[in-house]
Amino acid sequence: MITASGTPEGIGLFIPPLYEVILSLLCLAVIAFVVVTKVVPTYLKVLDERTEKIEGGLRRAAEAESQIAAERARAAAQIADATARAARARDEAREDAAAIVAEARRTASVEAERILGAAQAQIAADTKAAELALRADVGALATQLAERIVGETLKDSAVASRVVDRFLDELAAAEVPTGGGKV
Amino acid sequence: MFPIPPAFMPGAVQAESEGGFEAPSLADFFPPPFAFEGSNFFELNRLSLVRIIATVALVVVLWMGTKALRVVPGRGGNLFEMAVGFVHNSIAADVLGPQAARRYLPLLATIFFTVLGMNITGIVPLLNVASTSLVAMPALLAIVSFIAFVWAGIQTHGAKGYFSSALFPKGPPTFIYVILTPIEFLSTFILRPVTLTIRLMANMISGHFLLVAFFSMTNYLLIEATGVMKGVSVLSFGAALAFTAFEIFIAALQAYIFTLLTTVYISLARESH
Repeated sequence: MITASGTPEGIGLFIPPLYEVILSLLCLAVIAFVVVTKVVPTYLKVLDERTEKIEGGLRRAAEAESQIAAERARAAAQIADATARAARARDEAREDAAAIVAEARRTASVEAERILGAAQAQIAADTKAAELALRADVGALATQLAERIVGETLKDSAVASRVVDRFLDELAAAEVPTGGGKV
Repeated sequence: MFPIPPAFMPGAVQAESEGGFEAPSLADFFPPPFAFEGSNFFELNRLSLVRIIATVALVVVLWMGTKALRVVPGRGGNLFEMAVGFVHNSIAADVLGPQAARRYLPLLATIFFTVLGMNITGIVPLLNVASTSLVAMPALLAIVSFIAFVWAGIQTHGAKGYFSSALFPKGPPTFIYVILTPIEFLSTFILRPVTLTIRLMANMISGHFLLVAFFSMTNYLLIEATGVMKGVSVLSFGAALAFTAFEIFIAALQAYIFTLLTTVYISLARESH
């Protein structure tokens, strides 16, 4: 089946020499070793890791989403609460302010009335005192004048007129204060 | 240029025919040995060397590709993952389902990369021959495939269960088995490995013949032909380039077919009942 040149013919083509089989087996073994121990395990490991990462990522994303939703709901509740509280505080403050203003107004008007009353009473008292003082002074002066007039007239009419003049001068000089002067 | 020993020349046997048109022949695949001549175990010839180079290159590529595999891969890692992923998804998972695909991936990836690596040397300059065009490598791979699918059947159904379901399929009346069983035996246990071997081997031989024919024709027409015939060398060279591209495709296709058929045989052995 093998020609002189070393080329097999017919069925000889399909019967490999031993060294061919050995070398092929060796090559296949080397390739198989690399593929089985290194290529495929690494490939599958990387694939699994990637799946795990993607699944983990999706799970984490879902968790984060629900967390955000919860967080958002809580924030909304807090905002609503704060708004309500602020509204209440505003209302209270408004009421308080109104009450304070009313109170202040009442106090002020009472005070004003009191001051007014006091002033009027003072004025009335002063008037009365002035009236009394005036009356006493006028009486005394009139009496003094009358005494002098009567006393001097009896001596001399000229004297009398001098007395009158002097009295008037005194009066002018003394400028008798209200309520003051001789009593 | 340093002289290349005749043992390393493609078509070394015709080397003495001094120019002229070298028709490709089977002798291309049986060059004289250059080392350990006469040894039954270690004799090395040009094709042995090509096979060793292919193995070393393949191991380097696989090693580097594996190093580049990442959860978030770069360019090289992506490419390599696509190659392994092709065997995993397009061959194994499609036929066997995701669970068994993981289990059989080491075997199938070994077959795929070995066939591809050994085939592709057919178009690599200076190597110019696929070591799968010798019977040893395809036959060895076919035997691996054979053992794998028989083993898969025995593992799934037990030895008795598998062989009885493979040789005596349930259904037909008893007397049919007289003819059915030999046919089933022949087709399952003989023809499967034989066709796997011959399909791969013949494809690689014919591919080599095509390439040698067109390159040799180009060489002959360009150097020895005169006038218009010289111009035809452009056409034959174009055809040679086209067939080189075609051979790349065939190299990958045969790797795919070999692996796919192995997967289908395993799947049939697992499912048979």
